[in-house]
Amino acid sequence: MDEIFGIPAPLLFGQLLLGLINGAFYAMLSLGLAVIFGLLNIVNMAHGAQFMMGAFAAWMLLAWGGIGYWWALLLAPIIVGITGVILEKLFISRLYKLDHLYGLLLTFGLALIIEGVFRNEFGSSGLPYRIPPELSGAWDLGFMFMPVYRGWVVVAALVLCITTWLLIEKTRLGAYLRAATENAALVQAFGVNVPRMVTLTYGAGVALAAVGGVLAAPIYSVNPQMGSNLIIVVFAVVVIGGMGSILGSILTGFALGIVEGLTKVFWPEASATVIFVIMAIVLLARPAGLFGRK
Amino acid sequence: MSMNRRGVLAAGAAMTMGGLPAARAQGSQTIRIGVMNDMSGPYRDAAGPGSVALTQQAVQDFGSRGFAVEVLQADHQNKPDLGASIARQWFDQGVDVVADLPTSSVALAVNQIAREKNKVHLNSGAATSDLTGPQCSPNTVHWTYDTYMLAKSTGAAIVKSGGTSWFFITADYAFGHALERDTGNFVRAQGGSVVGGARYPFPATTDFSAFLLQAQASGAKVLGLASASTDTVNAIKGAREFGLQRRMKIAALLMGLPDVKSLGLESGQGLLLTEPFYWDLNDRTRALTQRVQAKNQNRPPAMEPAGCYGMVLHYLKAVADMGVAAAKASGAEAVARMKAMPTDDDAFGPGSIRADGRKIHPSYLFQVKTPAESRGPWDLYTLGATTAAEEAFRPLAEGGCPLVRS
Repeated sequence: MDEIFGIPAPLLFGQLLLGLINGAFYAMLSLGLAVIFGLLNIVNMAHGAQFMMGAFAAWMLLAWGGIGYWWALLLAPIIVGITGVILEKLFISRLYKLDHLYGLLLTFGLALIIEGVFRNEFGSSGLPYRIPPELSGAWDLGFMFMPVYRGWVVVAALVLCITTWLLIEKTRLGAYLRAATENAALVQAFGVNVPRMVTLTYGAGVALAAVGGVLAAPIYSVNPQMGSNLIIVVFAVVVIGGMGSILGSILTGFALGIVEGLTKVFWPEASATVIFVIMAIVLLARPAGLFGRK
Repeated sequence: MSMNRRGVLAAGAAMTMGGLPAARAQGSQTIRIGVMNDMSGPYRDAAGPGSVALTQQAVQDFGSRGFAVEVLQADHQNKPDLGASIARQWFDQGVDVVADLPTSSVALAVNQIAREKNKVHLNSGAATSDLTGPQCSPNTVHWTYDTYMLAKSTGAAIVKSGGTSWFFITADYAFGHALERDTGNFVRAQGGSVVGGARYPFPATTDFSAFLLQAQASGAKVLGLASASTDTVNAIKGAREFGLQRRMKIAALLMGLPDVKSLGLESGQGLLLTEPFYWDLNDRTRALTQRVQAKNQNRPPAMEPAGCYGMVLHYLKAVADMGVAAAKASGAEAVARMKAMPTDDDAFGPGSIRADGRKIHPSYLFQVKTPAESRGPWDLYTLGATTAAEEAFRPLAEGGCPLVRS
């Protein structure tokens, strides 16, 4: 059998593919964070909790309303997005004029409260959510057994990332948003309702997290702490990619998924640390991140 | 007393959860039991509020025998340093017993402190067999289960049914290492082999597919999961998805009722697992479940809370036997009295505590029911083999406990 670095080649290909799949989750989550930070200057620590809310919303829709996966994929982000809009209106909008740190602390507090409420209500061990029948099963790729659902996650993540990027970089709406970040007063003077636009942007960023949650529900345990492990890594991804850089966070998300996957083969004990080592190196060499502008 | 930041945090945790000022104000004829476990993390459903509810049930069932019993609670967040701070503070402020203590790393830390302060450490939630091995203490009783018991029952059953070569996915801390070691020893003793393994960072791992793929490539017949709780659930979900069960058996070495509930019977059916307690085991366990249901969020108790019930009840019997003052004066004496008395409670039936602090009772191998077999929301297990109390745990002489005179 062919070997690469002492690892059989098929196993290595398999691991690369898995890294890509995990990278899809990192990319999706860091995308939402980058949108919120890039356009609102808020470090949204509640993102992990909102990811978790997306998964729970899917579970609730199924368990209480009999509404299946495909509708949940549409409805859960809308529901969670609306809660995001409410949070923005009630709390976050008051912080735009203050230092970043206040937004960070507020959203971190909100995350703890949200997770605590869910833990009280649903316990900590998680709820079962089945893979939809259309996406169950697996393809035999020869070098590995590839579950259909994981393939779907990569495709969905790519579509979502590219759409969001195009929306912000190439459309008139995106141009308004970017302009409002640069100079809100001027954009408002042209008759654009900037506060409403900012509110909706936060809602959209939150909805992106919720989509990630729905996609994760069938493969990971749906439990209140499911987002808190992920969010730290995702923050590292955003920092490495360059705070606020949308393309940067997408590419970094996928790339770090692969790096982490390979670490799990060569030195599994270090797989939780490797991303932070990379973050430290990148920050030393390029303080603004790989794709960030000074 | 110098207060660092961590100390302040711990104090805050203990105060909010336990209400210590009130505890301090009462007379010395009060036995204070501090239930310390994971109230806010992955082990909450196994050993969180349920352990407090069952401890209170034990106090209630014990009744009034001339002394008051107060139950406190605290959240150690699975952090050994936090657990140690809370334990120190509790002991210094008149708490006699610290109980439950899931998460092996925290249990081992608190174990030292209970010995140093001559208090009582009643352990139900931790798995490591080191608590009654090299780390055994005259102040400690390890009640419910340990890694050796799990390894012997589940491990041996799977090797016997043809699962001779193993690949381990192990939580990279004291508990996972102990479970992997004890199971590996059984597998090898029965003529099987361990062909490989991967240790994953705990608690920062969500996705297990990279390890599952390595397991598959190893050619092993059995995937041994030396993990717990959410990690085990995620690993089994992944294993089903990646088609591991076509060529491998899955050995979930530590899996409890809340985990099976979380996994769902669809994904969990057919799994073998070992527990010393199941709510639907016999008339006594059903009666206990009935009594405690309302206090326990209408869920049947898992094995860790059931252990809290048994060990606290037995401790209180020992206190009544030797007198409150003597029990409060020396934790080691209280534990010695517990060892001298035979145990009997609704959760575990009759049993005894050995010189090394190990409580012995039968262990049960269960198989998870199929959705069609299950007749109720908590009707999850079919009883397979029973291992007698004397056989279920590591022989006294083999543990390396210095308390055991050979």
